[in-house]
Amino acid sequence: MPAPDSKKTTANSSPTLIEIKDFNFYYGEKQALFNINLNIPYQEVTALIGPSGCGKSTLLRSLNRMNELIEGIRREGNILLEGQSIYDPKLEVISLRKRIGMVFQKSNPFPKTIYENVVFGLRIRGQSNKSRLDEVVEKSLKASALWEEVKDRLQDNALGLSGGQMQRLCIARAIATEPEVLLMDEPCSALDPVATAKIEALIHELKKDYTIVIVTHNMQQAGRVSDKTAFFYMGELIEFDETEKLFTNPSKKKTEDYITGRFG
Amino acid sequence: MKQKEKIIGEAYVWLSSLGLSLGILMVLGLLSLIVVRGLEVFWPKPVALLALQDGQEVLGEVVLKQEKRLQDTEEWQMFVGNKEVLGQSFRFVDVHQIQKESYPPEVLNIERREYGDAFGWPVKLVLKDKEYLPSNESFAKQLAQAKKSSLERWEKIEELEKDQIGKLNKKMESLRLEKKQIDPKEITNIKALEEKEALLQKKYETLASQARQLRDLQEEGYLELKNTKGSLQKIKVSQIVDYYYPNQLTTGDRLQRFFYQLGAYLSEDPREANTEGGIFPALFGTAVMTLLMTLIVVPIGVLGAVYLQEYAKPGILVRLVRIAVNNLAGVPSIVFGVFGVGFFVYMIGGTIDELFFSNKLPTPTFGTGGLLWASLTLALLTVPVVIVSTEEALSSVSQGIREGSLALGASKWQTLKRVILPAAAPGILTGTILAMARGAGEVAPLMLVGVVKLAPTLPINGTFPFIHLDQKFMHLGFHIYDLGFQSPDSEAAKPMVFATTLLLILLVLFLNLGAIWLRERLRKKYASARF
Ligand SMILES: Nc1ncnc2c1ncn2[C@@H]1O[C@H](COP(=O)(O)OP(=O)(O)OP(=O)(O)O)[C@@H](O)[C@H]1O
Ligand SMILES: [Mg+2]
Repeated sequence: MPAPDSKKTTANSSPTLIEIKDFNFYYGEKQALFNINLNIPYQEVTALIGPSGCGKSTLLRSLNRMNELIEGIRREGNILLEGQSIYDPKLEVISLRKRIGMVFQKSNPFPKTIYENVVFGLRIRGQSNKSRLDEVVEKSLKASALWEEVKDRLQDNALGLSGGQMQRLCIARAIATEPEVLLMDEPCSALDPVATAKIEALIHELKKDYTIVIVTHNMQQAGRVSDKTAFFYMGELIEFDETEKLFTNPSKKKTEDYITGRFG
Repeated sequence: MKQKEKIIGEAYVWLSSLGLSLGILMVLGLLSLIVVRGLEVFWPKPVALLALQDGQEVLGEVVLKQEKRLQDTEEWQMFVGNKEVLGQSFRFVDVHQIQKESYPPEVLNIERREYGDAFGWPVKLVLKDKEYLPSNESFAKQLAQAKKSSLERWEKIEELEKDQIGKLNKKMESLRLEKKQIDPKEITNIKALEEKEALLQKKYETLASQARQLRDLQEEGYLELKNTKGSLQKIKVSQIVDYYYPNQLTTGDRLQRFFYQLGAYLSEDPREANTEGGIFPALFGTAVMTLLMTLIVVPIGVLGAVYLQEYAKPGILVRLVRIAVNNLAGVPSIVFGVFGVGFFVYMIGGTIDELFFSNKLPTPTFGTGGLLWASLTLALLTVPVVIVSTEEALSSVSQGIREGSLALGASKWQTLKRVILPAAAPGILTGTILAMARGAGEVAPLMLVGVVKLAPTLPINGTFPFIHLDQKFMHLGFHIYDLGFQSPDSEAAKPMVFATTLLLILLVLFLNLGAIWLRERLRKKYASARF
């Protein structure tokens, strides 16, 4: 992992890892993102909030170029990871995705064993040393607070897990390869409060080693886990600030309306 | 109004359940007919002696009792055997003609190498000028001993004539080819070859004379049998395949004979224009051909489907290809047979012969029907089934899983190989099962591209290169057709038709069960409860 001092710094002096510049995004004729400028800080948790359909997922999926799987999309502007454009034709999308892990809104474990799910990313990278893989499985599952529950059934099919366990397995899968950035799209939307609490605690832990971008609909959750929060409305970035500041003293009227529950 | 609708609705429920039960009944009826008639063949029936009013006697198995058409009486169909004496092996007897029905215990049923079964009263056994009467204690032992040694002799003769002399012939053939190619000026070389040839010829003569001696021995020894005509017939011991006293059997004996005959049927070569003996080459040929076809069709079909589903840009061309593939499934199978002859056999096979087997021409090697061409033709016939079901299986692998893999930095190919194909494997196997079932039951195209009436040499055997892709082979489906419609005595072949049909159904069932077992295992491994 690169040293923090190599990063650009924002006004309040935390280094920037991802820089989004004048970013526009279109699904065919329909524009989903309007001129977004946003700096995502290094090794902090950035929350993206906003009403449904405002473009949070679109932005998140732009960061690891997952949107490119969709037919007829178009973009303008640029996204820089450590100062380098992620759309640089010289940069392979595969190597980009190896640096940026992702946890999806709907948990999507592979129809394989728990063990194989966790080591999938490593196998892709050509790692086949058994003891190394074992090590990573234990470490990742411990980090995602799943180890105690599954350590005796690693060779069972992952689809036999509960919803919350599956989501934590997907997190373990994403962090097994130690990416620099972790993107999470509403990771707790399908979970009960206990599982949610576990994942939130996990995010707190992970913050020490990872830069995390999380989309959430849950204001309390954004307040609890994030350092910075960005509020989106109709495809535009309305406000981006320290989480505490944004929740207690928003500078825009729309933000205040949203967080006090007047719409959305 | 409401009431009326309800009544109509209920009627539809009843109608549809009626349709379903009719369908099931038809299938069950067909299956049970085939099972019963197919297994009946091997059950040893008692032999009845009927004394008729006109003084005649009829000895045989009662095959069928039926109403006589337009008359108010019953008639029995009797299997009387002894074709060469009685002219026909089946005979109808009116019931009112029968004066007495009895089951004499001394009657012997002899299965023979030629002319089918014979029934009669044993009179004496003659071996090397020694005579044994049935009343004699050693009669049974001597007969059994004589039969056994004659069977051993047949085996030895076959070994000599088919294996050893066959190998010699092959060597001589290749020598002859060598000689053809040698420059006539190189006299020393030709001399050497001729010497070799003479050596082989000598070997051949010793083998042939050994075989001749054995054959001469087979002429000795006979069993005298009294038949219903009152005449005595001599049956050479070497003609006896098997014999038993049908009216002395206990139920246990019958059961034992049943399994014995079933086993012989499954493991022996056919005799007498296929109406007698076993069926093993056909069984083997069908299984080998179906497996080979599966090996060919699955990779082609799966690759095609993967391309269509995962790589090809959706558009008019892909749509057209899909429609074409679906229509291919509806093309009459004989058309594929004709295509197979024209394309595989004549074009490809002919070219192969010209390039690699030109010294054997004009005798074709691959330029004639054979195992490979038959399998390829059937693979072509069944490829739509595999493509369609594979596409379906691929498209039902969820987008979430694909994205999950891509997001971890897997390439498209890695995603396909490690996630999508394993998840789709059960569906692909379902397609494979359907293709196998279709392929194993197909007959029409095979008649054009390599199936023959009789080919006792198996396509997989001990001579190099062990799998003979160019060889013609036998097939159960064609065997049924041949027995039922092409044999000189279709009445005698009828039971065999049922038995062979039963076997074909069992073979298809067996192959399918194998594939289903595999699918269940995969499903457990990649349990995505989707198929
Ligand atoms: N594949 C797509 N094709 C066309 N339009 C899309 C596609 N995906 C999203 N959109 C549109 O883009 C806009 C932003 O969608 P996005 O999924 O980013 O919203 P979101 O903020 O994540 O909403 P939610 O909170 O409900 O997940 C929406 O208006 C949506 O209809
Ligand atoms: Mg979303």
